Parts: sequence; C-alpha cells; structure tokens
Amino acid sequence: MQTLYIKEFQEIVGEENVLTGQEDLFCYSYDATPGYSHLPEAVVIPENVNQVSAILKLANEYEIPVYPRGSGTNLSAGCVPLKGGIVLLMNRFNHVIDVDLENLVVITEPGVIVADLNNIAAEHGLIYPPDPGTVATATLGGTIAENAGGLRGLKYGVSKHYVMGLEVVLANGDILHTGGRNVKDVSGYDLTKLFTGSEGTLGVITQATLKLVPAPESKKSIMAIFKNLDHAGEAVAGIIAAKIIPATLEIMDNATIRTVEDYAHVGLPLDAEAVLLIEVDGIPVVVEKEAEAVLQVLKTNHADGIQVAQNDAERDKLWAARRAALPALAKLRPTTYVEDATVPRSKVPAFLRDVNRIAKEFNVTIGTFGHAGDGNMHPTIVCDIRDLEEMKSVKKAMNEIFLSAIKLGGTLSGEHGIGLGKLPWMEQQHGGKVMDAMKSIKRALDPKLILNPGKLVGEC
Amino acid sequence: MDDIAVKDIHKKDKELLSDIREALASCMKCGNCMAVCPIYKETRNEASVARGKLSLLEGILSGENEISAGLDHILAKCLCCKACAANCPCGVKADELIVRGRQAVVQARGLHPVKKLVFKLLSNRKLFDIALRTAGLFGPLSFKRLPRKMAAVARFPMPGIDRKRITAPFAAVPLRSQYPEVVKAAHAKHKVAFFTGCTINYIYTDVGDAVIHVLNHNDIDVVIPPMQHCCGTPVYVSGDKELAKSFAKHIINVFEGYDVEYVIAACGSCAEALKIEYLHMFKDDPVMYKRAKNLAEKTYEISEFLVDIVPFRRDDLGEVLQKVTMHDPCHMARGIKVTKQPREILKAIPGLNFVEMKEADRCCGSGGSFSVANYPLSRKINDRKIKNIKASAAEVVATSCGTCRMHLADGLEQNKVYIEAVHVIQLLDQSYQAGEV
Repeated sequence: MQTLYIKEFQEIVGEENVLTGQEDLFCYSYDATPGYSHLPEAVVIPENVNQVSAILKLANEYEIPVYPRGSGTNLSAGCVPLKGGIVLLMNRFNHVIDVDLENLVVITEPGVIVADLNNIAAEHGLIYPPDPGTVATATLGGTIAENAGGLRGLKYGVSKHYVMGLEVVLANGDILHTGGRNVKDVSGYDLTKLFTGSEGTLGVITQATLKLVPAPESKKSIMAIFKNLDHAGEAVAGIIAAKIIPATLEIMDNATIRTVEDYAHVGLPLDAEAVLLIEVDGIPVVVEKEAEAVLQVLKTNHADGIQVAQNDAERDKLWAARRAALPALAKLRPTTYVEDATVPRSKVPAFLRDVNRIAKEFNVTIGTFGHAGDGNMHPTIVCDIRDLEEMKSVKKAMNEIFLSAIKLGGTLSGEHGIGLGKLPWMEQQHGGKVMDAMKSIKRALDPKLILNPGKLVGEC
Repeated sequence: MDDIAVKDIHKKDKELLSDIREALASCMKCGNCMAVCPIYKETRNEASVARGKLSLLEGILSGENEISAGLDHILAKCLCCKACAANCPCGVKADELIVRGRQAVVQARGLHPVKKLVFKLLSNRKLFDIALRTAGLFGPLSFKRLPRKMAAVARFPMPGIDRKRITAPFAAVPLRSQYPEVVKAAHAKHKVAFFTGCTINYIYTDVGDAVIHVLNHNDIDVVIPPMQHCCGTPVYVSGDKELAKSFAKHIINVFEGYDVEYVIAACGSCAEALKIEYLHMFKDDPVMYKRAKNLAEKTYEISEFLVDIVPFRRDDLGEVLQKVTMHDPCHMARGIKVTKQPREILKAIPGLNFVEMKEADRCCGSGGSFSVANYPLSRKINDRKIKNIKASAAEVVATSCGTCRMHLADGLEQNKVYIEAVHVIQLLDQSYQAGEV
C-alpha cells in the first residue's frame, strides 16, 4: 500500500491506531479457521462512526479492500484479509450505550464482548440469548455479522431474532440507521435483517439495538443414553411432538462419546450410539411439568439410561460431558475443523449415519455433536493440516458431508457463516438464480467490491 | 542486507525453535486465551495474547517472520500468569512456549542490556548480597516510609521505578543475618530447611519471622542455609536458560548439604522453581535431573506443608478479629496448584471472617520485573484486582508471594483503599501469638 494512504488513515484515527509493523500485521492475518491466512497491509483501529465513515470513503476512493474484524474467533475465515488491504479492527467500540428496561432493549457498540453484555443483562434479570461457544471472547459485532447461534437456538433462536436495529456504514461512507426500538416494524425492506449475517460484505456495523428477554427462573437438565441412534432420533422428535420446546436439546455421536470418555472420564458407556442432553427452563412449575413429560418420552423411546440433575452441582456434572466434546476432539490431532451443516431435525439420525459412513470411507476422524433440537450438527474433523495426503481425504470427506446435508434438505451453515470455508458449495445449495440475486445486492451496496471481498457470495 | 544473509538468519531462527514445532501446531487459534489474558484485556491487541504470540513463533518456523526486535518486545509483554494455558481447550502450554520463544530471542539477539546488567549482579551472590544490604542501610535516605506498614516511596527519581510507585523498603538487616543457621524448636519432631527467596530475605523479613515462628511453634527445627541464593526464576523466564541453570545448580548443591526432611518456601514462584522448573531445565541431563527430582520431592510451599504434610496445631490458636480475603498468586494457583491450603489455614483461625473476592486467582499485574518495565500497564491490571479486593469489604488481603504483596500494597495506596496486604502465614503467626496471651 502506498505510504500516502497510510498517512491518510493515520490522519483519521491517529498514528498509534494504524499498525504496519510486520509482527502486528502477522497477528491479523488469520482467524480461528484452519488453513487461511494472508497479511493485511495495515490494521486500522477506529473508535467512532465518523472515523469509520472517513476510512471507508478513502478505501472506496482508492479501492482498498477492507476487512472488518472483532475478536477474530469465527470458523469460516470471515476475517482473513485474503486480498491484503486493511483490517478494520472494531474492538475499541466497546461501550454499552443504553440499557432500556422499559422496552427491554440495549443499545451497544459492536466491540462489546457477548459475555460482558450478558453480565450487564443479568444484573436486571435479563438475558441476551445468542450464546455461541465463544461468548467469553467474541464481540457482538462479529456475532451479528455472522448471525451466530448457540446452544439455546431451539427455543430462543439465533442472533437475527434479537437484532432490532443497526447503525451501519456503507462502502461509500454513508451512515445508515435501520430499525429501532419498535417491537413491530414493517416499514420498508428489512435492512436490519439484511445486514445481520452479511459477514462484513455489505457494510460495517457501528452500533446495534438488541432485544433482551427475561432470564428463566429455573432450569432442569436431563441426560439420556441410547444404544440405538434411531431411538435417540425418535426421542428428539417425540419431545417436540409432545409440544415441549427445551432451551437445549444436544446430541453427541459414538465417536464423540468415546473421545469424551477417554479424556474426561465422566462415565459414558462406550457402546452408546448417542447421548442426549436436554434442558428445560422457565417458571418452576412449568419446568417440573415439562421435565416430567420429557422423561416419559425418553422412556417410551427406549432410553438405556437417564440421569436427572437435582441441583447445580449435578447439572454441572451432566454438562461437563457436553462441554468436553470440542476440547476432547481437538486434543486428538493438531488441526480441528468444526463444521455446522444443519438439517431438518427429523433428518438428524440419517445425517449422523451419513457422516459416520463418510468418515469410514475416507479414513478420516470425525466426531459429531451438536444441537439436535434445531438440526444444527457439528461434524468435527480432526487431522494434521501439514499432511497433504491426509488433507486430500479431509477435503473429499468435507465435500461429501456438505452434499449429504444439502441432499437431506439441509443447509451449509446453521450458525458459523459461509466466509470462504463453505463458499464452494453455495451454488449447489441455492442455485444460480439465488446466487445472482445475492450478488446483485452486494454490487448495489458495494459497487467497488471493497468490503470483505471474495467472501460469502464469492467474486462478483 | 543481501538475500543469502536473510536466508541464513531465517534458517538459524528456525533451528532455535524447531523443538517446539509440534507444540505450536496444537494451537487451534480458537482465541479462548483472549477471555483470560490480563494484558489483552487492557490492550485488546492480538500481539498481546497467547494466540498472537504463538502464531508469530509459528511464523518463524515457516520462514515468514524473523527473530526481530519487534518480536522480542512482544514476547516480553507476558506476565507468565499461565491463565491462557489453564483456559486452553487443546492443553497448549502457551506460557512455557512463550518462555521458550524468549530463550530463542536471547540466543539470537542476546539479553536486553538492562537485564544483562541486573542478572550479572544477581549471579554474583556476594556482590548481590552487599548491594541489597547497602540498599537496606541507606534505604531511609532514598525512600520515604509511608504510614502503611512496609511501604515506601522514592524520595528522588530512580532508574526503572515509576516516581509515584510504592515499594517496600529494603530490610536494614537481611533475614538470614538475623537468625542463626539452625533455629531450634523446644521439642523438635521434624527438621526442615527454609528456602527464603530474595524478597523475604531482603525486603519482607516480617514474613520470614512468621515462617520461623510458626514452624518452631509446630515443633519443627528450621535450618536456614546461609549460602542459598535466588531461585533463578526471574532469569529463567527472561529466556536465559543457561544462567538460570547455574542458579538451579547452586541451590541444589546448597540444599543437598543439609540433612533435613523437607525444604519449605513461602513464595509460590520460588516453590514452583524448586518443585517444577528445575526439572524442566535438566530434562536432558540425567544426573542433574535426579538431583533436581530429590529436591523437588521434598519441597513444599508453607501452607501446603502445614495442611497436607505436618498438620498445624489448632488447639492453641488465638482470635484474630479481622475480615480477610485471599489473592491467589498465579504460580500458586496455576503453577504448584495450591489454593485450598491457604484458605484452610485462614478459616481455622478463630474470629477470622474469611470472604472470597471476585476472580481471586486473576493475576495482580506484577509479573516480577514486568511491573518495573511496564508500570502503567501493570497498574491498570492491578486496579481491577484492587476493585475486587475493595468490593469484598475485607480489612486484610492475604497472599503467598512477596512481589504480589508489594504490587497489591502499591495498588491499595494508589487507589486510596486502606486495606493491609499480608502473607497468609503472618495471620497464622498472629493467631498463635494471640493464643499465648
């Protein structure tokens, strides 16, 4: 990048907020996705919307690629500056501006960490439900841009269900305000939803109006062990059919169970084909009633072992197994791909069988766990990215997994986003016409294609 | 610089780190370390956190980076608090890898000139002793005592010390000169050697007094080897492994010369050096490893010793009517993993009202010499700790490390919080004394 541009960026945000040293650039060349890295030419760190606007105006004029970044914890290479340009680091936007208890909304800057917002909400007996595995590190801006979900997706939905309004800076520097504090709002195109999940390709989020909901008064966790995967699948369908919507309804497959047991010794039977972890929450009497109904469904569907947590300590013990799933798998090999292919929940057993078959066929290690209640599975492939032969098999297995999900009427991503990782299968899922429509939107809002170029919709 | 020279540098840099290639590859870049790194919390800069530092080291192995002044600077910004390692889902020991990176820096570029000077003095036991005794004698001339116990502020600007910073005064007479080589108990049942460490010997002699009283009170003879010296941790974590090994060898030699059942330290970092670090240093030297292992197996931190090995007397404890909270030093919590034992001691004291503070085991920001080189940053980290101490409404904060105590005392003074910082063992000593009345 020409020194001239660097100077101009420095004039906007101050010299100390433009990083150009080799080591600093290297530290912003990657995110949490294995296999993608590229050095940016500068890291620019603004602290207010006017600075973001000025930066984008400049970048647009000189056609400099801009890669917005929060904490860089995404799993789809969404932050990797693949074409150089600048990383737009948003973590100085770290203020919660207003907690509006009468409307149950919070106005916040995008650099606030999700867990920090939840701590503030908790002081008022409220929660911000989207809780991806990275709540303690991810920024709200990142989770909104990726439309992140989490364990409570079945009952509470994902980020898009909680974003009521946004302040967004377009590629040309224009500052937009979309949505607001209104519960009902059908005025015009829903731009709030358009920018939510746009992965930094359409604009830069500089402020968000988010919905908070009352924290559940009580919770009850139940674990069920199944020697037969189909019985587990039928139990999941049975719970929903009984008109119960648990906050969480998690599943772990046999490969994950074995790995977790080997690592954490939590007492899971090694021959179990599936473990379900169910949590109902809400008003105490309702929770008791729902938990009872869940137990009935589990028994009817031949659960081979059921444990009900009677207190917080027992709840922690049940959750320890689920929490250990990713660390236990990740420790097996140096490289870990956590995918998030999602299928209609009735197809979960079929999908898990397919993944098992694929793992055997291509001789790769895959453990699958995930959110059975909403069909969002995490086939987790562990391998060594430095072993090129092995990586060929991994790529083939990944391809088969995505094709299987699409064939079952599923989707490439339930909560991690497309980025670069899942881009090759986008056309297969959506077809050419949908891709054209998406690309038209991209070109309309970012005609010079400077915002996170090459991601989500690919080259336009 | 021509191309060949650059290639040579890269090749040499790679060789310096080749043994940690696999360990670095295990980092999956999830960034969970960001949630717990005290430095990242303040700077929000990727180069501050373990993920960034380990990536940079990987970049050296791939030939994309070199061991530059910039890398040296970045690796120096780590408190060695081990929070990242404890929170890592992949079990990557980032703290050890960062120290390993510092070793490569020392080999490729040499030690920082200031550290070189300090370590040169430190490595000469006699000269170091004279220097610190002198500091104690002339202390009142250069430092003004503050009303707070064991607190002083510099009377004039001193190199390396922030003008406002509150430090503890050097002792007029070091601990080891105040006592005979063997301090006998009336009815001795055990005999231990006391590894005093530098802060207790030269600064916090009040902690040394308490350790000796408490051990004697529990029918234990205390041997204080006069030839002992610094444990070597400050040198080891700075990356000068060879110099650190010479410290370790000296300590092993000295303590092998005494026929004692146990070796007792009253500082988490010193205890960790003797119990864990020496074994790492000599892992490729079977003879020294065996000697280090002998020492490691009989070394205990004082609270660990009094709870797990020789249970302390509880029948004659007197009242200590104070509300006390506990700050767990990093090397106690995540180094030697001793957090229950100091609490058990505090809770056993009659009248003592123990309260937990929030994030009791979060780093206080001291990091030994880190707080000297990066005072403003280390103050910010410490301010969070002080906030938690204040919120606990305790009257006393107990800890188990001299440099933590010093940094807490500074933070309490700077924030105008009138809470005393002491060592756990001082409260036990106080309780025994109250029991005698």
